[in-house]
Amino acid sequence: MSSDDAIRGASVVIIGGGATGLSAGWWLARQGVDVIVLDSGIVGWGASGRNGGGCSHHFSPLFVEEQRLWPQMDALLGYPTEFQPKRIRLAFDEHQLTLYGQAVRNAERQGFGSRLLDARQAKELVPLAGDEVVGGYFYDFGGHANPHRTVQAYAWAMEDHGGRLMQHTRVEGFRRAADGRVTGVVTDRGEIGCDAAVIAAGPATGRLAALLGLDVPMVAARAEMVVTEPLPLMPLGGVDGNGLYGRQTMRGNLAYGGGPHEWIEFGDLVGPPPATPLMTHIAGRLARLFPRAAHARIIRSWAGVIENTPDGRPIIDKPAEPGNVVLATLSSIGFGLSPASGHAIAELVTDGACSFADISSFALSRFRALESDWAAIQGWRAAAPA
Amino acid sequence: MAAYTPDPKSIAGTTLNLHERVEVLVIGAGPAGLAAAMEAARLGRSVVLVDENPIAPETMGENLPLHFGGGMTQAVRNRNAMLEAVVASAPEIAEAFEAGIDIRLGTACWGLYAPSPAVGWLPGPVAGLVDGERTWMVGAERIIVATGRRDMGLAFTGWEKDGVMGLTAALRLAQRYAALRTRRAVVLGSTAETLQGALALRAAGVEIAALIETNATSAGPEALLAELERGGTQLLFGQAPKRAEGADAIEALAVGPVSADGAPIAGAEMTIACDTVLLGIGAVPVIELLDALGCRTVFDTARGGVVPVLDPAQQTTIAGVCAAGDCAGIWAEKTLDTEVARAEGRRAAGGAEAAVSPPAASYDLGAYRLNWVRAAVLETDGTAHVCQCEEVTAREILEVRPPRYLGWESRPSRRNSRDIRSLLGAAPPNPDQVKRLTRAGMGVCQGRRCREQVTALLALATGEEYGSIPAATYRAPVRPLPLMVAAAASEESPAMAQHWDTWFGMPSQYLPPWDLPETYTAASRPKGHEVASE
Ligand SMILES: Cc1cc2nc3c(=O)[nH]c(=O)nc-3n(C[C@H](O)[C@H](O)[C@H](O)COP(=O)(O)OP(=O)(O)OC[C@H]3O[C@@H](n4cnc5c(N)ncnc54)[C@H](O)[C@@H]3O)c2cc1C
Repeated sequence: MSSDDAIRGASVVIIGGGATGLSAGWWLARQGVDVIVLDSGIVGWGASGRNGGGCSHHFSPLFVEEQRLWPQMDALLGYPTEFQPKRIRLAFDEHQLTLYGQAVRNAERQGFGSRLLDARQAKELVPLAGDEVVGGYFYDFGGHANPHRTVQAYAWAMEDHGGRLMQHTRVEGFRRAADGRVTGVVTDRGEIGCDAAVIAAGPATGRLAALLGLDVPMVAARAEMVVTEPLPLMPLGGVDGNGLYGRQTMRGNLAYGGGPHEWIEFGDLVGPPPATPLMTHIAGRLARLFPRAAHARIIRSWAGVIENTPDGRPIIDKPAEPGNVVLATLSSIGFGLSPASGHAIAELVTDGACSFADISSFALSRFRALESDWAAIQGWRAAAPA
Repeated sequence: MAAYTPDPKSIAGTTLNLHERVEVLVIGAGPAGLAAAMEAARLGRSVVLVDENPIAPETMGENLPLHFGGGMTQAVRNRNAMLEAVVASAPEIAEAFEAGIDIRLGTACWGLYAPSPAVGWLPGPVAGLVDGERTWMVGAERIIVATGRRDMGLAFTGWEKDGVMGLTAALRLAQRYAALRTRRAVVLGSTAETLQGALALRAAGVEIAALIETNATSAGPEALLAELERGGTQLLFGQAPKRAEGADAIEALAVGPVSADGAPIAGAEMTIACDTVLLGIGAVPVIELLDALGCRTVFDTARGGVVPVLDPAQQTTIAGVCAAGDCAGIWAEKTLDTEVARAEGRRAAGGAEAAVSPPAASYDLGAYRLNWVRAAVLETDGTAHVCQCEEVTAREILEVRPPRYLGWESRPSRRNSRDIRSLLGAAPPNPDQVKRLTRAGMGVCQGRRCREQVTALLALATGEEYGSIPAATYRAPVRPLPLMVAAAASEESPAMAQHWDTWFGMPSQYLPPWDLPETYTAASRPKGHEVASE
């Protein structure tokens, strides 16, 4: 391993080549920071390559930045992301419509409009929809992108700015100075020196942070999606409803997920897990959402693993100890926010604060009073604790 | 501590709606599957044996699950006749009926599932079956997968035309359906499987006009080659297909000479009149169900490519799931004597026979396939679609081109020229990553016609060995399944319906920043108010 021992260190080492880590790497590289992103597998092999591609997170302090950036991402990155603006959400009853109202109010307060659709308008905009639709909302914001293309675009764009990517490199520990600061990460290919580190390792973030004595509470879960053969394109691909999220891809496939998840012990996992017969339940929901596509054939299903913090909200924070490490978990909703989360992480690394949004609600300290058995209290275990 | 209340939105604790429970489920009624079923019955187990033949003509028309290439006669439209033909094709099917085995023809398995560290809610091994319009889930104590082989594709010009078909597909049509259209064929390849298959087709009345081999020597037994030649087949070594000629259906194959490393060299092109080109360059174990289930696989030249990791009792790495016959590995002795596959079937069923290991590989499968792909796909004008479903060429794969419908190539950008090398890390390129970016292998045939070619192209472009390229993954359903048909496999219970949400259904996840409490505890978390997750 002698040649690997000589891996040149970087000013910033980012652990995790998912959407979060790669976006942060890209933001840092375009500012001229010497950055390296490490992943134990290949880019986007975790949730970042297995998600629904939705980009409409009105409940996040990063919402405004998310909305500002997406329409520019193809141009900024220099590679296609397949971003398509706007979204429609279909309701099957008045109660659903009422619940959707929260999104409308959140967006409105931040300067984004929506339109209530009656059943006829909804069906006009969504030709595959059927008679169960009572109405819906047209969101004049948000949208969706292709996760595979986006993740690779971050990686290539980061390299175009001089950032480096090391795939197949697993981080196993940290080297620390006497004052506790991290001076390098220890990998299965040797040690890599750094002035600062970012842990953006998805479900592994908690375990890696624990090596630094930080308690980052999270539990992993499996979530599943299905994709059909291509169908004629609808005017707008981003249509949610009937308990499903997803999109019609620009190729025409319906890629949808939703419904039950399963909490799992992430530590036992080797590689992405297989999907389960939940596929058949999602199929039923999708056939009802789009009765005119009920004949369409499913050609794949898959599962992804995401982590959730106790409140389901991101932790993006630079704790006082060790002082030069940024923690970044997006807590199960992180693809769409990635242009903005990467920007925020990059600023936390270089400036110690985020200039464009108040991300104080992402601080780890909100869990200072968290119960040690919080996961059991919330029922986030596969079975009753022994 | 208070009693544990599981998250009601988790699937944990939900019981999968099993429509049927069986002791032994065998998938595939070839020699291995039939022997497995008979042995299990002999051991006193109750057995269900499913086989997807006869396959619906529309499915065949889509080249599923084999590359039928339009090679079937009109007879396949008569379902009853085809059912009879399939039963008549193997006397053991009738014997198995007599032995009390529940045989279901026209029934495909589209997915296997089993509990694992990442999947807690399943009761044990489970199979999804479909028979025409009906789908259901079956639980089984033991599942024996005996799904056979398929054919490696080869993207020369015109290979999308009717008449270019897999050798296994032709054998299937001739031997199980008596519905093969072919009169005069040219066969590509020279492995034991190719030679044995060509001879079997000849015995079924097909004229094998020529055998084309890109390599300088045969990969299969000389005796079989000689037998083929004695029957009038022209043997052409050091030649590669140039194009299949003819309007919709092919009328001839043009071939031209290539050097030892597959590069085209000077020399006259030859045109061979034929109605069929048989793809015989690679017999591929059909591991799709096993791979999608999560069984460990390995590239093993002696076993004919990517095969499941098996113990001596034919057990995969997933408890209760076994593999037997060609899907467990393909080698010359097994191809030439079906008794090897039958013995595997019996062992998988619990029989006590000693395991037989394949001998060392008789030819270098990786180098052989690389040579073929170099000669027929790479060293050409590169315009043929390697992935026919998504229409992706070899060049587009190697340049990692976004699909044409994005119109990206016409955009002014300094930085968007990237190729396969730009994806590399410290390991060989990953075909799944290439699939995600180019869509090669993402179509309805689920990569059955392009997968081995993509592997070869990635190896050739990066100087890696064929066997070192990771295998692209398979996903359930391994047969395209209409949404409404899939849906019928599982009713949504009232409890599931009540708790069904788009995402995790955690109120705190969706609170806008201005409504957030300063600290969070599990006990004080917002409860009892509904959210529409998104
Ligand atoms: C089915 C599904 C649907 C989803 N739908 C959406 C959606 O529509 N919109 C949305 O915004 N979000 C969605 N999400 C969530 C989203 O995918 C994730 O929140 C997001 O991808 C997280 O990105 P990440 O980079 O933080 O983590 P990940 O993608 O998990 O990446 C972490 C990376 O770290 C690497 N790593 C881990 N440990 C180590 C180590 N020790 N050394 C080196 N590398 C390591 C991993 O290999 C991995 O590549 C969905 C998720 C799933 C599973």
